[in-house]
Amino acid sequence: MKQITVILVQSSSHAMRIEHMLNQKGVSCKLIPVPRHLSSSCGLCVQIEKSDQPVAEEVVAASKLDIQGFFDTFT
Amino acid sequence: MIYFDNAATTWPKPPTVSEAITHFMNEIGANPGRSGHRLSVDAARVLYNARQAVASFFNAPDPMRVAFGHNITEALNLALRGLLVSGDHVITSSMEHNAVMRPLRWLESQGVALTVVPCSPQGFLDPADIEKAILPKTKLIVLNHASNVTGGLLPVAEAGRIAQAHGILLLVDSAQTAGAVPIDMHSQNIDLLAFTGHKSLLGPTGTGGLILGERVADDAIQPLILGGTGSRSEEELQPEFLPDRFEAGTANTSGLAGLTAALQWINQKGIDAIREHEAALSAQLIKGLNTISGVSVYGGQDAEMQTSTVSFNIDHLTPSAVGMRLNANYGILCRVGLHCAPSAHRTLGTFPDGTVRFGMGVFNTSEEVEQVLQAVAQLASEEA
Repeated sequence: MKQITVILVQSSSHAMRIEHMLNQKGVSCKLIPVPRHLSSSCGLCVQIEKSDQPVAEEVVAASKLDIQGFFDTFT
Repeated sequence: MIYFDNAATTWPKPPTVSEAITHFMNEIGANPGRSGHRLSVDAARVLYNARQAVASFFNAPDPMRVAFGHNITEALNLALRGLLVSGDHVITSSMEHNAVMRPLRWLESQGVALTVVPCSPQGFLDPADIEKAILPKTKLIVLNHASNVTGGLLPVAEAGRIAQAHGILLLVDSAQTAGAVPIDMHSQNIDLLAFTGHKSLLGPTGTGGLILGERVADDAIQPLILGGTGSRSEEELQPEFLPDRFEAGTANTSGLAGLTAALQWINQKGIDAIREHEAALSAQLIKGLNTISGVSVYGGQDAEMQTSTVSFNIDHLTPSAVGMRLNANYGILCRVGLHCAPSAHRTLGTFPDGTVRFGMGVFNTSEEVEQVLQAVAQLASEEA
């Protein structure tokens, strides 16, 4: 079991938008299927390093996207 | 063969367009945004890259406000039928294509008030006439950026300033200009931009869409079609967020992969260089046609004020006879008749026979224009 941080989004298009904006900030991320104990609007979420969460929160705010939130979980 | 029907669909396309489509179909292929597996993610990324490329190309505020559809007719229907309701007033010009006119005439039958501002016999629109037509219940101005008959540019930036000053919206039909004439949603105050991929954007057919500017609320436009989006699957109501609100059903991902490649090609070449090349062809063609006895050219006849589409007639021949002979005897492909724009032809005085339309594109050459002028001169000198 490994602890991960994910951003749950409403749509795969939003996941792509956040991925693009994180990459522009030099933050790496992974698009992964939503862990099954979390419930999401779409099947895809954005996995980031916990230490990148503050930057990711800024990115999400700049995107003006209505996300479901940041979650710490295990995979 | 000389292809002068680029105003209908551009051809050929940059080779990278079909390469991108083939790559998508052979290597990715999956449904974007419907699953979490790697091919679905790759497909969603292809879709996103197209959205980003289109948003950048038109200086749109946000790629999430690009709603893809299958062509500009669908995008115009979405904007007009999704925005206007009984009691609203809408203003348009007399130079519009039926992609605008037919939805507007239908909306008129549903209680929407319509003002068609007349243009001059050369197809010019005076922006002051738009401003005079504004009523308290006016919600929208809709204009083509350039006529599909004469190529003449309409004053969309001026209309944008007027719309903004009066707190109403501007919808632009960019069918004839996107990819050929620079468009900037921000500086031109364009609230809604409808575009198609298969004309001067040099992409495949089956691609297009509507872009929402900052002044358009997310829920201002009702979707045309409802259905699966891959999001909110537990709900039987259409999601309200963009772009899913407008994109029910599987996208034309392979086509959009091609459109992205086309936009890259245009950006590399530079839209200003494309514009310069096409304007030079237009100037040469207009000048040459005007030296042929018995030929009438329509519109403003100023290459700087139009696209590379030129309409003309030969006095003693019908447009269809000219088109048939150009095709059969000279291998010159063009479009004749009314070009789905009866109102524009009434404005120009060419209804109901229409005109012969030469639509030139980025791949046409000065030598081709010369050959075409020789063919027209021969037809014009034939006995009636």
